This record gives sequence, structure tokens and C-alpha cells, in this order.
Amino acid sequence: MKYILSVLVENRPGVLSRVTGLISRRGFNIDSLTVAPTEDTTMSRMTIIVDADEVGYEQITKQLHKLVSVYKISDLTDTDAIERELVLFKVVAAPDRRHEIIEIANIFRANIVDVGKNSLTVEATGTQSKLDALEDLFRSYGIRQLTRTGKIAMSRGARDS
Amino acid sequence: MTDTTQTPATAGPVAGSPRTSDMPDDIRQHACTSAAAVQSPEARAAAIHAASREERLARKERAISGEPFGPGSHTEHEGKTLTGAQAIIASLEAEGVDVVFGYPGGQAIKIYDALYDSTKIHHILARHEQGAVHEADGYARATGKVGVVIVTSGPGATNTVTGIATAYMDSVPLVVISGQVTRGVIGTDAFQESDIVGITMPVVKHSYLLQSVEELARTFREAFYIASTGRPGPVLIDIPSDLASALVEFHYPDKIDIPSYRPTYRGNAKQVKQAVELIGQAKRPLLMVGGGVVSSHACDEVAELAETMQIPVVTTLLGKAAMPCSNPLNLGPVGMHGSKYANMAVTEADLIIAVGARFSDRVTGKLSEFAPHAKFIHIDIDPAEIGKVVDPQVPIVGDALAVVGAINARIAKLGMEPQSAAWVEQCYAWRERWPFYTADFADYPDRIAPEIVLERLSGKLDPHASIVTTEVGQHQMWAHQHIHREESRTFISSGGLGTMGFGFPAAIGAKIGRPDCQVVCIAGDGSLQMNIQEMATAIGNGVAVKVLLIDNNALGMVHQWQRLFYQERYSCTEFTANPDFVKLAEAYGWGAERISRPEEIDGALDRMLAAEGPYLLDVIIPTAQTVYPMVAPGAAIDDIIGAIDVTLGGVRITEKGMSPAGETAGTVAEPLPLNAETDGASRVAGATRVGADGVAGAEARPAEASAPKGGE
Repeated sequence: MKYILSVLVENRPGVLSRVTGLISRRGFNIDSLTVAPTEDTTMSRMTIIVDADEVGYEQITKQLHKLVSVYKISDLTDTDAIERELVLFKVVAAPDRRHEIIEIANIFRANIVDVGKNSLTVEATGTQSKLDALEDLFRSYGIRQLTRTGKIAMSRGARDS
Repeated sequence: MTDTTQTPATAGPVAGSPRTSDMPDDIRQHACTSAAAVQSPEARAAAIHAASREERLARKERAISGEPFGPGSHTEHEGKTLTGAQAIIASLEAEGVDVVFGYPGGQAIKIYDALYDSTKIHHILARHEQGAVHEADGYARATGKVGVVIVTSGPGATNTVTGIATAYMDSVPLVVISGQVTRGVIGTDAFQESDIVGITMPVVKHSYLLQSVEELARTFREAFYIASTGRPGPVLIDIPSDLASALVEFHYPDKIDIPSYRPTYRGNAKQVKQAVELIGQAKRPLLMVGGGVVSSHACDEVAELAETMQIPVVTTLLGKAAMPCSNPLNLGPVGMHGSKYANMAVTEADLIIAVGARFSDRVTGKLSEFAPHAKFIHIDIDPAEIGKVVDPQVPIVGDALAVVGAINARIAKLGMEPQSAAWVEQCYAWRERWPFYTADFADYPDRIAPEIVLERLSGKLDPHASIVTTEVGQHQMWAHQHIHREESRTFISSGGLGTMGFGFPAAIGAKIGRPDCQVVCIAGDGSLQMNIQEMATAIGNGVAVKVLLIDNNALGMVHQWQRLFYQERYSCTEFTANPDFVKLAEAYGWGAERISRPEEIDGALDRMLAAEGPYLLDVIIPTAQTVYPMVAPGAAIDDIIGAIDVTLGGVRITEKGMSPAGETAGTVAEPLPLNAETDGASRVAGATRVGADGVAGAEARPAEASAPKGGE
């Protein structure tokens, strides 16, 4: 199953490599990973999605805890955490079909960020299922290029994680 | 037969160091404590134990508090403007370091220049960086202190990798300082550049690539703190050489706190309560003691628990000597080459209390059949070890000393009585029936049996105040089985990584750390050659280690597997070009001697132990000698090949579990073939040669016994 981990780490060179190295060394695959500094610039937050069984997941978190560079690990898997991802689509769009694509983008509250002779670049954010749906719709027009950021997550309300 | 003895003159000048006269005398030679003569052996042993325990506990407390091991800010360097290199040496002095092991080079030259001025730090010049790390490791294991290594960049740094990995697997506190190319050229494939932080990342507890000289002192305090607390381990500090010449006002921190590093020491009270409940209910309890008991200094607490509740004890390789071998409850080695009785105890136990042990595959054998009747209490300071292999009923994360202490306190409070009398008797009966070896058992009457050599050596060593290190292989397992130990930190062996080439340098480090102890490395002819260059380190620093070379002219353990499981296809395990070890030792200025006949053992061992300088005793044994008992890889640990059964007249048998004596009690193990062409006999003039048709001891075996292949 897929687990969502929010990991607070020291913002120093090499920390990403420590974290990813540890996970791969123990035989697990990272589905997606995002990392950026937090409000406190000496720290970074990683959102890691790993595919593992329960025992494997427990090992990963315990081993991650052992890293001196790791401050805190929160499991956001089964919580009602806010999850978001950002996607850029470069969609094939002949001038006569542009309006259809723009309409779809509007429905999904996506933005057109670039227009080419035969393409439109659309920026969309949302949950994974929303973005999957959008991708499905665009596929019928032809997607030239697609980049997804991978998920970031945050707990709701006052919970600090 | 060759019999050359040579006692080297007093230690020669230290190669590479002009400061011979500064060396402490106790490092230069083996000094016997004369006070020992007036005390009774028991009183002396108790005194040694109490003194070492007190000292170690004080050091442990200091480590946990975050304070430096040495004077900290109270050195003459405090507040002065130093170069980075001087600050490194000042930091080591602030940590009270008096010995470092290392090897200089281009990017470490400034550090070595600063070291030249230190009157407090003695440098041991190794002959290979791997040797330096193992020496620091042996020093750390023998003393409980942090071992310190200094090496240069590039190959100097990469040569430390095996040493660091060895220390990591066995949780040994080390601080390894490596020179690095200047910051400006990092990443450009500069001369002697290697990304040692990247290379060692999977095998360090933590590592630093120093970014500024201002962080230096704090980094050193952090490194010593991290290495020595929680589950100990190696910490690497990589220092670009431009920082070694940068100036800094030196201030050493007197306390440190790392928010992201907070080991748990005290066990959860509720879990302790549950553990005591399980112990109270158990009819067949068993303690499994690992290296964590040694590093946490919990030996007395574990012994107290065992004695109060009458719980037999089995020990892992790293847990050997955590409990005195003289304690009848100590059943000793368990696992692949453990005793049949210890393995039977695990299989029949209804409760296993694992303390500082991590259920290595060498201990558990086939996991699905491991301890099938047992509930588990698992006590470990590393939460990641709990639930990794075995899912315990009661997991307790904490320091072994604190947790077992709390269990003992609760048992005392409840006034619990042991319920295990019948179980203990059963274990003792198994021990009577399946001993490791018997005096009248002789595989080859005219040849030396390694078991006998090690028994004799063991009898000649003070089990409280001598240290035995081992290399890796057959001799290691024989040593594990036959060397009698009474004090922790007196048996040093590479367990997790199984590093050939570890034991000899480790012995040098141990002797430097404990100059009052006789230190013997039990080696094999394969392992010894992996770091044999360290013979120069021993003679150059006047380190009077003894090497007992169990010489079968082969890579015995793999050879044994090939014999038992690979249809005697001896692929690349028989040496065709071993050196004359005696001449080689002599060339290094060592004393040395070779023996090949049983009657020579006693005299030769006495000469070795009495030698003032370093000494090698080359003991020729048959190549075909096999370590028994053995559990085949992947088999259950009660499925044992070659245990001696005294109820069948002391022959080696192969059977699973315990069938009653007299009935079909398994099969007799395969007779050992001897190959005169490849075994040691052919190299010894005058030694008795035993042909393959003249397998000694075969007559003693029951005629109806079958001789199965593959130990099935």
C-alpha cells in the first residue's frame, strides 16, 4: 500500500541523499518525493510517498528516525490531510480547438500559462484524482509533455505536523 | 619440523614518529600488575570487575549528559586563534583522546603537522588505513572509549570503508577524521579526491563534510556524542584541507544537545510490568544476550536477572563474555555453530528475553522454525531492531542496563520465585549429553586438533584480565566455543560484517587500550594475510600482541561448506602459495615458532605467552578439520550436524531435535577426509602424514553408521 510521510529534516547538503539512500537501501521504492525549505529556513520538509507493506513501512519510519538529520516524521496516510499536486500539461491545440481546451481548463480551475501556434500549456493543482481526470480529458487532444510535482501534504486545523 | 624461537630485542624506534621518548611506557611493553600477587584470585577478579564497571558507568553517564570526555573548554587552547588543523588536535585533546590511529597523506598533512606539537596525543602509525580503523575499533571494544582515526583523502579515505562498515555492523563508537581536497576543487575529480561522505553513507551512524572552520569544535563534540551514545557507531568527519589552514578563535563546547537526536534510555514502565508478568508465567525461560549488554554495561544486571529467576542464558558472538562463562546458567554460544544444548534450549523455550541482541540470521537459522514455542521480550536501545526479524509480545525500547535494572527491581518488589528448576535441569542434562568437545575425542591422534589448542590456550589465560580477538572463519567459531571468558570486553570479534583481516589489527588496538592485559589474536592463515602488514605497526610501537595462527593452509570455513554442501568441489579455497609465516614474522622482528604435533602444544603456548614482544605461533592443523556442531544455512537451529553425543560413546552425530539415546539417534557425521597434498602436513618436515585411507578416529565410530553426504 502507499504511505504518505511528512518528514521534517535539517536543511543541509546531503540530507536528501541520506533519506533517499536509506529508503532504497532497505529495498523500498519511492513513489514520489517533494522537498523544500519550511518557514524555518534551517529545516526542510519532505513529503515522501512509498509503496510498502506494513512491516516494511514500520522499518522505514524507524530507520528514518535514526538519522540524526531527521527531526520529525508524520504519517499522513489515513488522516484527512490536505494533499495537493501541481501539473503542467502541454496539450496539442490547433487554433480551431483551443476554445474546447480552455473550457475544460476553466471547469477544473486550471490556468493557461502559455500559448503556442499549435499548443496550450495548462497549469493545474489539486488532488491526485482531479488531476488524473484532467489528464484523461486532455489525452484525447494529445499531450505533448506532462510534468507533475509529486504530492505535498499538510494536516488540517491545529495539528502540527 | 621447524622450531624457531626468537624474542625481539626491546621495541625499536617508532617508524614515522620522532617522539619515541614521549610514548607512555605502558604502551611500549606488556606490564604485569604486581599487586595481583598478594590478592586471592577471586578478590582480584572482583576488584578488576568493580573498578572497570565503575569507570565505564561514569564514562557512560558523562557521554549521555552531552559533556566532553576530557577537559572540554578547560585546555590551554581555549580562546586562542588556531588554524583548523590545530583546532582539530585541540578538539581531540578537549575530548581527552590520548591515542589516535592513522596514516598521513597530502590532504591530512596539516593535521599531522598540528599533531606534531601535541604532547597529549600518541599517534599509532598503521601500515594501511584499514588496519588503522580496525585498530581503533579493537581499542574501542576493549576499553569502551571512542576510537579515533585520522586518514588522508582519496584512497586513504576509501581504505577505511571496510573498517567503518565493520564498526557499524557491530555498533562500535569511532570518530574517523578524513582529509579532503580543498572546497574549491571538490567535485572536479581533483587528485586524491573521493566523495567519502557519499561512499560511507550507508555504513556510518552519522557523517559531516565540514563547511566552515567555525563549526569545527561543535562538530567534534557532536561526533563524539553521537558515536558514544544510544546505539553506538562510527561517525565520519571529512575536512577539506583549506579549512585546516583557516584561522578560528577556538572555543570547545562543554555541553551539547541535538534536538533531532534523542535516544530512549528508560524503558516504558508499562512494558516493564508486562515483561515481568511474562517472566513470572514462564516455565522454560531463556535469556538471549547480545552485544548491547556489553555496550550498555548491563552484565551485572543480566546476571542478576538470570540468577534470581533461574533463567539459562545463551550468548550471541558479540554477547560472549557479557556473562561469565563460569556461571552454570550460561549455556554459551547459540546459532549456526552454537552448541546443540544452547540451540535446543532456544527451540524448547517458552519465553525468550532478548537483551541487546538483534536476531541475526546466523543465530536464528530458518526463521519459521526459530523458537516455535516461545513468546518474546525484546529489549533494545534501537527501536528499528524491534520487530525487524521477530515480532515480540513485549517490545521495550531502552538502555539494557536501565531496562533490565527496572525488571530486576520489580521482581524483587513482588518477591517472585523462580519456577524453572526442571527446565534448568533439562538444559544442564543436554549440556552433559552434547558437549562441544571431550578430552578423549580425537579426530586425528597424531595431528593437532584446533579445539585442544584453544582449550589449552584458554586454560593458560587469565579469563578476567586477558583479551582474545579473532579473525573470521573456522578458528573464530572454535574460539567462540572454547575460550573461557569472565569479563566483558575480553572477547573481540567481527560479528555482523564478518571481516577477515579484522582480528589482528583489533588485537593491536586492544593491547594499546589495555596494556595490562595479555592480548592474543586467534587467526586463520587466510584472514591473517589480509592485514599482515600490521606486524610492522606492532613492532614499531612496541605492542606485544600474540598471534595464535590456526593454520590449515586453506580458507577453512568455505572449504568446509564446499565439503558439506558442494560435493567436495574445492573451488579456490586451498592455498598453494602461503608464505612461511615464521620467517615472515621474523622478518618483521617478531618472535615466532611453528608446531604440528599435539605434544608440542603446551610448551609452545607457554613460550608464546611469556614472550616479551610480539609473537606468532603457527599451529598446523589438518585442512579437513571441520567446525562442529553446525547448522546448515537455511536449516532450523535444532537441525544439527556433528554434535558429539556422549550417550552414544562420544561420536559426532547428525540429527534433528532430541531423539532419546539408544534409539535411532540420527546418523553419525561423515568421517573427515584428509588430503595430504593440500593440508598443512605436506609443508611440515617430519610431520605425520595421514593419507585419505587412514582416517584417524574412524575405527571409533559405530560400524553400522552411515556416512551421509551433505549432512542430511
